Amino acid sequence: MTKHTLSVLVEDTPGILARIASLFSRRNFNIDSLAVGPTEHPRISRMTIVVNVEELPLEQVTKQLNKLVNVLKIVELEHDSSVQRELVLVKVRADNETRSQIVEIVQLFRAKTVDVSPEALTIEATGSSDKLEAMVRMLEPFGIKELVQSGKVALGRGGRSITDRSLRALDRTA
Amino acid sequence: MTDDQARRPTPAAPHPAPPAHSGAATIPAARTVEQLTGAQALVRALECVGVDTIFGIPGGAIMPAYDALFDSTKLRHILCRHEQGAGHAATGYAQATGRVGVCWATSGPGATNLVTPLADAHMDSVPIVAITGQVATHLIGTDGFQEADICGITMPVTKHNFLVTDPADVARTIAEAFHIASTGRPGPVLVDIAKDAMQKTAAFSWPPEQHLPGYHPVTRPHAKQIREAARMIADARRPVIYAGGGILKAEATAELKVLAELTGAPVVTTLMGLGAFPDSHPQHLGMPGMHGSVSAVTALQKSDLLIALGTRFDDRVTGKLDGFAPEAKVIHADIDPAEISKNRTADVPIVGDAREVIADLIVAVQKMQQQPDASAEQFDYAAWWEQLDAWRTTYPLGYEDAPDGQLSPQAVIERIGQLAGPEAVIAAGVGQHQMWASQFIKYENPRTWLNSGGAGTMGYAVPAAMGAQAGRRDATVWAIDGDGCFQMTNQELTTCSLNDLPIKVAIINNGALGMVRQWQTLFHEGRHSETTLPNHGSSPVRVPDFVKLAEAMGCHGLRCERPEDLDATIEKAKSLNDAPVVIDFVVHKDAMVWPMVAAGTTNDEIQYARGLRPDFGDNEE
Repeated sequence: MTKHTLSVLVEDTPGILARIASLFSRRNFNIDSLAVGPTEHPRISRMTIVVNVEELPLEQVTKQLNKLVNVLKIVELEHDSSVQRELVLVKVRADNETRSQIVEIVQLFRAKTVDVSPEALTIEATGSSDKLEAMVRMLEPFGIKELVQSGKVALGRGGRSITDRSLRALDRTA
Repeated sequence: MTDDQARRPTPAAPHPAPPAHSGAATIPAARTVEQLTGAQALVRALECVGVDTIFGIPGGAIMPAYDALFDSTKLRHILCRHEQGAGHAATGYAQATGRVGVCWATSGPGATNLVTPLADAHMDSVPIVAITGQVATHLIGTDGFQEADICGITMPVTKHNFLVTDPADVARTIAEAFHIASTGRPGPVLVDIAKDAMQKTAAFSWPPEQHLPGYHPVTRPHAKQIREAARMIADARRPVIYAGGGILKAEATAELKVLAELTGAPVVTTLMGLGAFPDSHPQHLGMPGMHGSVSAVTALQKSDLLIALGTRFDDRVTGKLDGFAPEAKVIHADIDPAEISKNRTADVPIVGDAREVIADLIVAVQKMQQQPDASAEQFDYAAWWEQLDAWRTTYPLGYEDAPDGQLSPQAVIERIGQLAGPEAVIAAGVGQHQMWASQFIKYENPRTWLNSGGAGTMGYAVPAAMGAQAGRRDATVWAIDGDGCFQMTNQELTTCSLNDLPIKVAIINNGALGMVRQWQTLFHEGRHSETTLPNHGSSPVRVPDFVKLAEAMGCHGLRCERPEDLDATIEKAKSLNDAPVVIDFVVHKDAMVWPMVAAGTTNDEIQYARGLRPDFGDNEE
């Protein structure tokens, strides 16, 4: 199994997330993570889906996704030619003794402290999953009270945009 | 209604386009804009897309649509007895005519009763549009009376579905639904319309602008792939044209015949493709698959090139996939790119409409054949035909005679086929009788064989035959049904009686859920658990009595129990055209469907009859 990052442009219509999720479950495809949000165009949403499959089933994933009427475009973003990021918020147990050690780790990972209380620190970090994993491992000994992590979002490197052509198609039929 | 004329309002004059002054947007002159309720817009839109028949049942949420329908002179509504019947009728209509079938139902249970026909049409790529009423917008999500999230429920079993909550969207959505259902790989589309969207008024204009930026089916095949395919066909020594239901959907039967005769390659037609190539044609080897002919199954298995056209390598055709046609290269043409290399990797993938693909292949093959330097070996399949003919003559389709004095189910079905003739439309249920009807009736024409291939929906035959008859008033429509299947949907015979749809239903009554019983006999040591039905002549009681049941529904009821009465009974049924006819053919219980490739085995393990594997020259080990 290998992980593939797919950027999927979809029409922003009700139920589109359900259609995508239903397709994955029906076809027995594994989703590692899924992030969805608006784009520069008000009628297009962009989903970043990380799937865990071999090459051949991946072709099935994209072909089946393409059959969904509200799906406009699918692009696989390769690791080397794209920027891929996740965000994590961690609440770590901290008292007067440990606080400075934790802040040191936060700086080491270029993360941020976003909330402080007498018994805890909340840390925000973005980066690749490897980096976030490494940071969380360093924080574990202090006691992680709560952790939330976003799905991966990704954008291709360079000047080109994958939305251009889909936007034109959308405008033609608008 | 005593006076429906009184209720009928005089048609309103179309509103003239407002004068284009003071900078107001002008309305194109070609388009008339009227104010209609959503329900009126629905009826008008259906008329505009060319619908003539709707199968349905009214209920609370769809009442506004029925009110608007009351004023339509172009739409014929057939009032069914169960929504499942309405759904399969739409499918039968579409299969028999090639036009989009339409069914209606109300919200909640009305809509959920359509789920089986939708799933069925989805598996067999049949273009139908199902319209369901939904509770009013403000009630959606509140568990309102007769509320069901039918869009959520049918998402995996429709090509697409829509929820309409604004009357202004009705016409456009109907246009889009018909476009999606009938183009590309056809399939069912559901349009769920909230009751208030049917009651409120909005501007109606036709044709509406469609908005489907993500829907672009590819129909033109790639020229390079076509050339490569033609080259492979020329160089192959053991090719087989493996033709599926896509040929029928693309109306490509004439082209297929030309291609077959041009190349000289043998043809097999799948269960969904029967009628795509004449059964009587000398190059036809029969149907492949679990109950296919030895020659068709083995031809695929020993082939060096599969020319797969409009077919999807279904597990019932391939048997155990990794043992399927091990020496064959594969040309796979289909309009749905996701089918290509889904089950079997294609060496030459071609995405396109079967008719366009075959037309292009014909030109490419002709070009190769006309080349002055064409070698004599090209398109030379003489040795292959020798082998195929040997299999064909040694292992023809056949069946054992019934025990003395009893009717053989295969003989009944074979005689119906012969006496009904190749123009008759045959609809089958699912099970043994379906397989026998696929084996022993000869199909010469497209759209004469309707069955539930992918979903295997018992109860398909009677409503599908009803739909076919509604779409083809001129045709003789036979339903070949099992006694198990018949008891699932026979209520639609009432609909047939009352709507002048004189279908003929042959119940192949063996008093059992026969296919399951066959598997119990073969794979469960004869433990016939819950497969016996007490409607057979051999039971102490005959419940139900199919003849009486038929008569109660306004049909002619006939019964045939002896071989010597077979022809006369069929002729009698043929002569009765003033009402539907139901014939209870009481056949012997133990007939089995052969040949058979047992589930989970490869096609090399095909058994010609029980315990009898054909001799492929490898039996010595």
